[in-house]
Amino acid sequence: MHIQVGAIDYAIMAIYVIFVLGIGWVLKRSMKTSSDFLTSGKSIPAWITGLAFISTNLGALEVIGMGASGAKYGITTCHFYWVGAIPAMVFLGVFMMPFYYGSKARSVPEYLKLRFNEKTRGFNAITFAIMTIFASGISMFAMAKLMEICHLFRFLHLSPEWYFLFCILVSGLIVLGYTFLGGLTSAIYNEVLQFFLIVAGFVPLVYLGLKDAGGWSGVQAGLQSVARNATIIAGSAKNYAPDAWTRSWAHMGSPSGNPMGVEWFGLIFGLGFVLSFGYWCTNFLVVQRAMAAKSMSAARNTPLIGAIPKMFIPILVILPGMIAIALTAHGGVSGFSIPLDTKHGGLDYNNTIPAMLLHYLPSGVLGLGLTALMASFMSGMAGNVTAFNTVWTYDIYQSYIKPGQSDKHYLRMGHMATIFGIIVSMGAAYMARNFNNIMDFLQLIFAFVNAPLFATFLLGMFWKRATGNAAFVGLISGTLGAAVHHGLTQPAGAASLVKGGWLGKVVYTYPSEMAQNFWTALIAWTICFAVTIIISMITKRTKTDDDLRGLVYSLTPKIKQTDIPWYSQPAMLGTIILAVAVVLNIIFW
Amino acid sequence: MHTDIRFPIGLLFSILGVLITIWGFATKGADMYKHSLGININLWSGICLTIFGVLMLAMAFKSQSAADKAKIAPEK
Repeated sequence: MHIQVGAIDYAIMAIYVIFVLGIGWVLKRSMKTSSDFLTSGKSIPAWITGLAFISTNLGALEVIGMGASGAKYGITTCHFYWVGAIPAMVFLGVFMMPFYYGSKARSVPEYLKLRFNEKTRGFNAITFAIMTIFASGISMFAMAKLMEICHLFRFLHLSPEWYFLFCILVSGLIVLGYTFLGGLTSAIYNEVLQFFLIVAGFVPLVYLGLKDAGGWSGVQAGLQSVARNATIIAGSAKNYAPDAWTRSWAHMGSPSGNPMGVEWFGLIFGLGFVLSFGYWCTNFLVVQRAMAAKSMSAARNTPLIGAIPKMFIPILVILPGMIAIALTAHGGVSGFSIPLDTKHGGLDYNNTIPAMLLHYLPSGVLGLGLTALMASFMSGMAGNVTAFNTVWTYDIYQSYIKPGQSDKHYLRMGHMATIFGIIVSMGAAYMARNFNNIMDFLQLIFAFVNAPLFATFLLGMFWKRATGNAAFVGLISGTLGAAVHHGLTQPAGAASLVKGGWLGKVVYTYPSEMAQNFWTALIAWTICFAVTIIISMITKRTKTDDDLRGLVYSLTPKIKQTDIPWYSQPAMLGTIILAVAVVLNIIFW
Repeated sequence: MHTDIRFPIGLLFSILGVLITIWGFATKGADMYKHSLGININLWSGICLTIFGVLMLAMAFKSQSAADKAKIAPEK
């Protein structure tokens, strides 16, 4: 592969790093209390939190994972947006935000404490903390990998293993620097900066890729030969109908018809309902962005404003993946193809986007593209680390380990948690190396943590009869259910125990990692939902209606926002956004 | 003072934009543009970035001066 990272590229990256650290330094001067550091003192305008809301997730997951999935699964990857994220974000803004923001909880686990009990909160705080560590580890892995491919530090002459470690250390240190300096506000500001950087770096990439492939019709032609020769090109188990990579719903009738290996039921309920709602509505990492908004209406509009650009992000992140695999099949003018995975065989999907950047962008814009990637990984790490230190400090440390200390003490603890979180993430980064598509790994973690939690929230927010003990037992059984399912099943061609089958006996083999993840999530959710209902019926309520005011839908007075015009009312905005999403689904049916 | 995020965005993109535009001019017709299909992508991206950056800065300054005026007004 042709690689030329020149002086100008280093200069662009350096300017960005200086900027990021500079912002942290400027903001630090206005951070006085632990609440400022951990939750921004609730003072940020809606359009900033809105962009930050989606940028948090525009980390490694989106940029590398979606590109990888675009190549591996084709246009069906767009379901993550049009069936998954968008409806969930609307639901969060319209229905759930009033409880989060109105309850004055500082974190998602804290809401669980107010609504249910201490145990439920404790359990969620711990699983959440573990999840953020994994997620930041994935970003760290992606960042190290990027540095590896670009040979950024080639002058050090290290062996590959040491080189990887060195890259991980460097990325850890940069994130440490900027979260340390400014806390959540700094993280949020950088996320917005990074959003624009990604757009700036990826627009030229998509443009050149499209041009090379001969426009959209050229891409379609390429994708047709991918689908018909999937065993050779994409390394899948079988070949598909010619339009399997370009039509999102047409082949969802059975799992064998589409490259993702799922059918409409698993897709709509596993991904659309459980995983996406679970992720967007209960993952504190994203909810935290909205909670930092300056008013209730700003908080409700945060996910809604975020949903608008979110719908079109597939053009920047999934389309390049599709272009890449089309070119791998057909070959463009410039002869691009996705690099091979030297360790596991087949194509190295995680490498799709970085390889494209290096192939198409000349020195100069290349620096911009690499900076965008770097920024997205850093924000992915930083976002998780800030969420981790909030939950650790408030929900674990302050609640169980050392309550009743001074604010200064907790501020210092927040700093310590940041360091600790980064160190553990480094370990998780090594685990992520086992997956040729990091998206698969991430969804697996979500299936364990977010899926059952969403059942708990749904019942907690909309059914006042749900009891604390029931929520606790339900959550544990849901997580265990996910573990058992994962332990008994495997995706096709799995070699590692991280991918399932660790209970010794494999009762079912899924066509793909993603299909397995969807069903793990679905099972976790269903078990948690059913168990919580059953136990609620046989246990006594410990919270009175008065305790639950502002926490449960039926006991909370409806908010009437008369101060804003009808077109920016959350319900109206939500309806418009959903309508556009439906249209997108139909266009690419 | 509340730090308006459009300042850092505008500043960063203006700096990068100007830098990349100059670089695009300096490397006109260079060999490396074979990979970007013969297009001087640096020049075009640089120009777009600069426009975006300057626009952001202008908006930030405008709302800043509006906010300053609003602050002075009640004291009268």
